Amino acid sequence: MKCEKCSEKSVFSGPCYCKKHFIEYFEEKVLSTIKNFGLISKNDNVAVAASGGKDSTVLLYLLKKFHGSVDAIAIDEGIHGYRSSTLEDLRRFCAKHGIGLKVYSFRDEFGRELDSMLDGLQAIPCAVCGTFRRYLMNKHARGYDSIATGHNMDDEVQSVLMNLLKNNAEMSARLGPKSGVIEDGLFVPRIKPLYFCAEKEVMAYSLLMGFELSFAECPHVPRSFRSQVRDALNDYEAGHPGTKKRILERFMAMLPAMKTHYEKKISAGAIPSQLRRCASCGEPAYGTVCRACQFLETLKPAVHRPNANTEKGTANRLLQVRL
Amino acid sequence: MHLFIERTNRKMEKKFRGNVRQLLRKLKLNPETVLVAKNNALVTEDEKLDNTDDVKILSVISGG
Repeated sequence: MKCEKCSEKSVFSGPCYCKKHFIEYFEEKVLSTIKNFGLISKNDNVAVAASGGKDSTVLLYLLKKFHGSVDAIAIDEGIHGYRSSTLEDLRRFCAKHGIGLKVYSFRDEFGRELDSMLDGLQAIPCAVCGTFRRYLMNKHARGYDSIATGHNMDDEVQSVLMNLLKNNAEMSARLGPKSGVIEDGLFVPRIKPLYFCAEKEVMAYSLLMGFELSFAECPHVPRSFRSQVRDALNDYEAGHPGTKKRILERFMAMLPAMKTHYEKKISAGAIPSQLRRCASCGEPAYGTVCRACQFLETLKPAVHRPNANTEKGTANRLLQVRL
Repeated sequence: MHLFIERTNRKMEKKFRGNVRQLLRKLKLNPETVLVAKNNALVTEDEKLDNTDDVKILSVISGG
């Protein structure tokens, strides 16, 4: 198969490009997403939520290349046989490319690792992990203009379908290349520069650029609803190429109306116009107590409570929690 | 061919003649979830393979 732009052999199909033209195509797609959706301004201070996986590593590389300065923030959940190898890859990558890296762990912040937390909870691992990850990321990225995440097209289409299947389509109003509807001083906006890149494209770019990343899959993934939706979408895509792209295009066409509907509910008082402050830790919350503190309440003894609310988030207290 | 499947970390010697698409079908792998390298270069699904090739099937899906 020949490249669509020259006579060289293709390294990727759909679209068919040689190495040089695929790299150009991919980088142009990310740049145009940043530009068309106003994701980053010239002097913005951007943190990348990094894991050492292909998506956030590609994102780190491109933001460093095109924006100049970028820092990486990583969360070590404490998942045996998984996170240590990806963090090692991340440390090596950041050192090689002169990128600042900060790593925060569940153990240091909450007193125990995810694997141990799950023993005390009936919840789905990804729901617990995601809540604590987002909590720590938001807390430690405060002071940055935005947190860039490696969410790609596949991730977003999965989220749209999951929200629909859970009869929770309203949640999708918070999706899009720029997340969130409600603005809040303690909430760092999240941006997704890889929004229109298929996961397969991100992987191909990572390989063609020679990034040295280990293959690692979270051991909790098979229990997640997302993995079931992901597999179903990949089956549809194999049988009906373009399925994911069409879902995303339709969703993007509907997103402004969904956001307007959400904002009307805020105006009518059906949804709070501002995030509250968690009564327990002072971080942003939709209810009286944030989700992270709700999970912590159900854990067994001696967990750290998150920092008390300070604008700088530096005060640290250790509380005993009893069931 | 020398075949390596990344997701299951399996290495094997396999007699096969055909293209990448046919190999993936034989292995029951969804082409949407993998990229294929022949002799350390990415190739597309129409690429012909034979018994002397070193073939790696790399997982697109990783992480959480």
